[in-house]
Amino acid sequence: MQAVIEARELTKSFGSFIAANKLTFDVMPGEIFGFLGANGAGKTTAMRMLCGLSIPTSGEARIAGFDVYTQTEKIKQNIGYMSQKFSLYEDLTVKENIRFYGGIYGLKIPQIKKKTDELLHELQLTQEADKLVRELPLGWKQKLSFSVALVHDPKIVFLDEPTGGVDPITRRQFWDLIYYATSKGITVFVTTHYMDEAEYCNRVSIMVDGVIEALDKPSVLKQKFNVDSMEEVFYLLARKAKRSE
Amino acid sequence: MIEVNNIVKTYNKGKVKALNGISFSVGKGEVLGLIGPDGAGKTSLFRILTTLLLPDSGEAQVNNFHVVTNFNDIRTCVGYMPGRFSLYLDLTVEENLHFFATVFNTTIEENYHLIKDIYEQLQPFKERKAGKLSGGMKQKLALCCALIHKPAVLFLDEPTTGVDVVSRKEFWQMLGRLKEQGLTILVSTPYMDEALLCDRIAFMHKGDILSINTPKEILASFHRELFAIKTTKTFQLLNALRSLPDTYTCFAFGESIHWVPKIHTTPSALQSIIQALDENATLEKINPTLEDCFIDLLNQPNASSN
Repeated sequence: MQAVIEARELTKSFGSFIAANKLTFDVMPGEIFGFLGANGAGKTTAMRMLCGLSIPTSGEARIAGFDVYTQTEKIKQNIGYMSQKFSLYEDLTVKENIRFYGGIYGLKIPQIKKKTDELLHELQLTQEADKLVRELPLGWKQKLSFSVALVHDPKIVFLDEPTGGVDPITRRQFWDLIYYATSKGITVFVTTHYMDEAEYCNRVSIMVDGVIEALDKPSVLKQKFNVDSMEEVFYLLARKAKRSE
Repeated sequence: MIEVNNIVKTYNKGKVKALNGISFSVGKGEVLGLIGPDGAGKTSLFRILTTLLLPDSGEAQVNNFHVVTNFNDIRTCVGYMPGRFSLYLDLTVEENLHFFATVFNTTIEENYHLIKDIYEQLQPFKERKAGKLSGGMKQKLALCCALIHKPAVLFLDEPTTGVDVVSRKEFWQMLGRLKEQGLTILVSTPYMDEALLCDRIAFMHKGDILSINTPKEILASFHRELFAIKTTKTFQLLNALRSLPDTYTCFAFGESIHWVPKIHTTPSALQSIIQALDENATLEKINPTLEDCFIDLLNQPNASSN
């Protein structure tokens, strides 16, 4: 099977500071890949390169088969992105937001119409279709934001701390959506500070000071470090960190 | 040190209810944790207690001063670290601290002992502008600025949101040392593991306090039988369990599924229910975590989740 994300010694320096240092990993189609690291470890820098927003200093990477140096526009068309700071427009309605993003990603009017009905139905938001996003509870905004990131049927979706600030039930409902998406073959690349969520990933990488220090299935990492939880694995690795952004 | 009596707060002419008449008190030297999602009313409560917002009705006192009539007295004796970083981004670390000390008519030297542990970690960066600090560093500087006038009560609104596990642990160690010095602390957090470190916790949801007690008592008040199921197929099994009539609740909890069955029967009978769905799954009766307790409270009819 061909990897959807292939990174080989991917590096980004800012002057003498090496933010991301020789990152090498593959992510397979339909996989949930947890991308963990302490604040300042270089996660955001790495994500920006993988999304085609920042040109690497050296190394190689292909995202959905496209090169991160020369095909950044192609990459953007084939990925979805959702961050903690919502990209939804608060003063547009639910429906208008879907239409807006559909348009941005080049969907035709009939496609947008079809997608809108599908999404509203899947999220059980049909009743709220004409409400302003501002009026939705945070949990719904997160779910909508995730769905909008998938409006153009991307191969990969990047989620940057998607579940902050919601109650424990809503947080778990969000993971149901993630699993539903992967069941349709979408690859999920996710960062989180909740270590129980690291356990829901198929594989997890942990970055420390710009370097990937560990990468494996959560069960294997726990065994390797001889601990009971991913929180302990993370703590053992990240406390060695010397730099803080 | 903090007395809250039936505080109500609404926005948009009563359309949005932030606090539905909540009451509690916090004793001297106590750490009370407010646990709840965004929209639970935590920030409204902080703003009322720090005299930045007027309640619609109800009464509250901080350090024996009334939040409406004695607001000036409160402002001099409390430290407040808001959820949003609110120091001066274009001042350096040292300038920010100096500014806050001066505003409160004191000097860095006078109360340096209070912030020494924390400020020492910032020393190498004291010439750096606050806007150029990392998340963990900003958080430490904000705590220093909230402490520099030696407050009697400290209000911390989600000080560790978005902060990694290592920095969160350090931050709570700092709070432990401040508590030993007699400081009263009201702190909110979305992380359940931090709740265990509080003397008492209040679970908040949609403007109400669902439960307020010591972590030990809250854990003891969980009256259902709870089982952890280990499987390699977490989400398939979750879906299968959800459609079982015998299931009261089931949720993913890290590497296992926490399952509360409706029926009381022998462990082997439960084991066979699970193995009918996934033959490699194992079942074990466990004690609840605080997160199980919160989920259980959210599932009560009067507190439905979104």
